[in-house]
Amino acid sequence: MKTIWTIAKRELGTYFTSPVAYVFIVIFLFLAGAFTFMVGRFFDRGVADLLPFFLWHPWLYLFLVPAAGMRLWSEELRLGTMELLLTMPVTPWQAILGKYLASWIFLAIALFLTFPIVITVGYLGHPDYGRIFCGYLGSLMLAGAFLSIALLTSSFTRNQVVSFILAVVVCLFLILCGWPPVTDAVSNWAPAWVVDGLASIGVMTHFDSLQRGVLDSRDLLFFGSVIVFCLFANSVVLRAHRA
Amino acid sequence: MINVEHLTKTFGAKCAVDDVTFSVSKGEVLGFLGPNGAGKSTSMRMITGYLPPTSGTITVAGFNVADQPLEARRRIGYLPENAPIYSDMSVLGFLSFCAEMRGLFGSAKKDAIDRVVQLCFLERVLHQSVDTLSKGFRHRTCLAQALIHDPEVLILDEPTDGLDPNQKYEVRTLIRRMGSEKAIIFSTHILEEVEAACSRAIIIDQGKIVANGTPDELKAQSPFAGNVIVTVGNVSKAQLLPQIEALKGVEKVWIVAEKPEHVTFQVVPRGNVLPELLEAGTRNAWKIEHLDVEEGRLDDVFRSITLPDTKPAA
Ligand SMILES: Nc1ncnc2c1ncn2[C@@H]1O[C@H](COP(=O)(O)OP(=O)(O)O)[C@@H](O)[C@H]1O
Ligand SMILES: [Mg+2]
Repeated sequence: MKTIWTIAKRELGTYFTSPVAYVFIVIFLFLAGAFTFMVGRFFDRGVADLLPFFLWHPWLYLFLVPAAGMRLWSEELRLGTMELLLTMPVTPWQAILGKYLASWIFLAIALFLTFPIVITVGYLGHPDYGRIFCGYLGSLMLAGAFLSIALLTSSFTRNQVVSFILAVVVCLFLILCGWPPVTDAVSNWAPAWVVDGLASIGVMTHFDSLQRGVLDSRDLLFFGSVIVFCLFANSVVLRAHRA
Repeated sequence: MINVEHLTKTFGAKCAVDDVTFSVSKGEVLGFLGPNGAGKSTSMRMITGYLPPTSGTITVAGFNVADQPLEARRRIGYLPENAPIYSDMSVLGFLSFCAEMRGLFGSAKKDAIDRVVQLCFLERVLHQSVDTLSKGFRHRTCLAQALIHDPEVLILDEPTDGLDPNQKYEVRTLIRRMGSEKAIIFSTHILEEVEAACSRAIIIDQGKIVANGTPDELKAQSPFAGNVIVTVGNVSKAQLLPQIEALKGVEKVWIVAEKPEHVTFQVVPRGNVLPELLEAGTRNAWKIEHLDVEEGRLDDVFRSITLPDTKPAA
């Protein structure tokens, strides 16, 4: 446990000793705000909820989460420090979890810094705080799922750019699978079970139901399984690197 | 301390390490010699548990590396080839991370860091970012990492690579000093280091051990060991050669250098040639300026073992 935290602490330190973390957070907050207020027409709707805010998170995360996760293993491979790390008394699982937690905490910090918008709706009207909580939870789980994908793709290659692109492609696939415009198009020619199958592995279905304030364990389970699957695949890739 | 038995590693069809068996006990410094690509790093990666062996067993301090990897690794300090190091940390931050990974916290951590900082001469760069370090300091920072938990076993892959002569000297002295209470393996392709720091050396070529012994034993295997080298001042080459070839104790003789003022020749002896040679000198009134018995150089041993087709240059 202590080892996991030691690794996580080092990774977090890496984010915050370089300007990258601050740039990342500023971009995230700026885009989240811009989409909410300009594209999502937050004020014109006249409804005190955060739907226009959360609506854009999958698309923001599509690029920002792979950017935050692309160096996690790639950099270790490039510098050769993987050999250093994995010959210390740690199990691969501890190393994976340490890295994963650090980045997730980092994303959670970025997400937490959007709290002024909660204060804004609270000031303007009487929002359903339970629903806002669900929204944040869904957003955090989505970030976690995308992060596990980025962590996995970063273990494929020492090249961060390749790792980034792979992660974006996989995340985009998971978004499109359940995105209504796509499911509608597919339902024109495919049988219903294909559409349902695609929708159920897509992140949007699960993300949306959390946004509606429905705290369904199946949605959490979905994100949880994506995460566990990717972390497990990560450990397999690490083993393959050393074979 | 370190027991390696029938260790083999294949990458696809390529056999990088081929049935290697050796052991190192406490107080020994084992030099691991071999040309590039011989399998030194691969062997070390298996001993430290980074690469799983294709076959064979390794025990470190009584723990089987395959079955109890964490217990074995706790007792190993490892300097990987090229001294990899996290580039976005300060030297202190890096050492602090490594100490915590080794279970050292609080004052134990502080003491450990102080100790290795002193040992590896890092005071001056302690707060500097690893990025901006010179190669020598990077190397020593990574070495400090290997020493931080005062391990019983040290595995050092080319610890002096890229250092300047003074730093090389320091690191060798350090290795020799620590050698008395640890089991150390270090790889190198600089042969003088073996003589300077090792109690025993293994030469490995194409994955196989081709020689194993103390530096002196290895040197005795030199094709030149025991040769007599003589410089004579007042005789020409033409006069000299027949006089020497006539001696019974001379297997072979050749001229090493010929200058107007003197001639140097080398004799491969058959038995002890010295008395006979000196007597011939007196008889023929040679003016012997210099006489030396070659004790053998590791370079020559290394070359003759790892390049079997090349005859020693005359
Ligand atoms: N991961 C790997 N995949 C394939 N071949 C490898 C790998 N690592 C090392 N080798 C090969 O194994 C041989 C031994 O390499 P190495 O142990 O690094 O040699 P040394 O350290 O003695 O110079 C080399 O021929 C090298 O090409
Ligand atoms: Mg090597």
